[in-house]
Amino acid sequence: MNRTAAVVGVPWRRPPLITNPWLRRGLFIGVPLYLFVAFGTLEINWARVAAGMPRALEFLGALASPDFVSRGDQIIDGVLESLTMTVVATFLGFLLSVPIALGAARNLAPAPVYLFCRAIIAISRSFQEIIIAILLVAMLGFGPLAGVATLAFASIGFIAKLAAEEIEAMDPRPLEAIRATGGSWLQRVHWAVQPQVLPRVAGITLYRLDINFRESAIIGIVGAGGIGATLNTAFDRYEFDTAAAILLVIIVIVLAAEYASGWLRGRLR
Amino acid sequence: MLRLEGLGKRYPGGQTAALSDIDLEVGPGDIVALIGPSGAGKSTLIRCINRLVEPTSGRVLLGDQELTGLGARQLRQARRRIGMVFQEFALVDRLSVMENLLSGRLGYVGFWRSTLRRFPQSDIDMAFQLLERVGLAGYADRRADALSGGQRQRVGIARALMQAPDLLLVDEPTASLDPRTARQIMRLIDELCRERGLPAIINLHDVPLARQFCPRVVGLAAGRVVYDGPSRDLDAAVLTRIYGGEDWEKMAGAESPASPGARPS
Repeated sequence: MNRTAAVVGVPWRRPPLITNPWLRRGLFIGVPLYLFVAFGTLEINWARVAAGMPRALEFLGALASPDFVSRGDQIIDGVLESLTMTVVATFLGFLLSVPIALGAARNLAPAPVYLFCRAIIAISRSFQEIIIAILLVAMLGFGPLAGVATLAFASIGFIAKLAAEEIEAMDPRPLEAIRATGGSWLQRVHWAVQPQVLPRVAGITLYRLDINFRESAIIGIVGAGGIGATLNTAFDRYEFDTAAAILLVIIVIVLAAEYASGWLRGRLR
Repeated sequence: MLRLEGLGKRYPGGQTAALSDIDLEVGPGDIVALIGPSGAGKSTLIRCINRLVEPTSGRVLLGDQELTGLGARQLRQARRRIGMVFQEFALVDRLSVMENLLSGRLGYVGFWRSTLRRFPQSDIDMAFQLLERVGLAGYADRRADALSGGQRQRVGIARALMQAPDLLLVDEPTASLDPRTARQIMRLIDELCRERGLPAIINLHDVPLARQFCPRVVGLAAGRVVYDGPSRDLDAAVLTRIYGGEDWEKMAGAESPASPGARPS
């Protein structure tokens, strides 16, 4: 009886997320203050926004009446070039990713190899495609070769990283079992790792395929070939109706790729 | 056949040794149950034998070959002589039953041959015979994940025997099985080992199963062997030495240890 009486009437409050009261109050005041000041530095030029409005409307209007015909050949060429770049780059990226993913999986690779492969992935991931494209266009010249190289390199960071994570998260027991039979490293990879991760890695690669198509539309703007180059030309000539047509084509292809890769991934089990 | 001399294992950063000073001898045809509380080092001990876990001291001798100190290539060749059966079966789920069996031959077959599934006919014959022997005839092309627990463990056992091993290591073969299936699996292991005169070390956490199927029991506590003797001598005092104090008499009464030889043989 006495024991229960002792805990009656003890107040309870949820402990604060940040225990240090000074830090807590500082953050409560500091963060809104910083946001306020930050918005103040934006210097929004309303006059310029107003001047741009008619052009925006013109462009939106063009979206309603896209012109597929007058530059039809260039659109088709651009789309085909983009698709070719996408497929070739994804395939190359996948081939390069396989060894890097194996090396970047802590449960397969010794520490030096692991660090080396993770470094390659980090480098590939740290640059946005446009930056890589600018560099490679400077190195390889204008055109789809630079685009393919860009997308292949960017694919490594994506496919290898996700595949390596998949390998690290796999069930270790089959790997141990194959090790116990006296299988070599390559046999372990082929018999224990590959069956476990292949469906996911195929899904990741298909996902990268449709990312690469979207990226191929962007890197064309900096001269790396594909539909992006066609789009850029259309904007430069103020041919908004052609640009609108190109945008619609890109949307349709991305949607188709999305559905197709989703369907394929669903079938890989 | 197998001799462990002063075997010890200390995991990096571990406060205490996982295994210390293990001396153990397993003769031809010996079927040994390894029992002990969770964390006593049972799994570590059998993995030290084929060096899936690297022992930090002592020697492992299989026949007249010392396994400790072998280079990577020789170790792989030595591992072929040691079949292993796992607790959660450790099958490769997306491969077929046949492929899982054939994976037991990987140590004998080159990479390309195994990748192209061009195994020697003798291996394929052996696989079909083993499938029939473990009661899975007709299951060769099923995917491993389509099988029930007991069937999966039969595949695991057949895979280990595909190695034509000189020693069988069995890690908690029944831990994920119901009591009846567990007994069927233990009986199968027992029969297969007897047919081949194959010595086996079987990790078990189920004392009645050890009593029923294994003539010899090794008790492990805190990384040391605290009992090594016939399973019929497992009494309350010995169980207390292995597991610590508990009301052993009551459990022993339920399992009628008075007649451990009741196994049909």
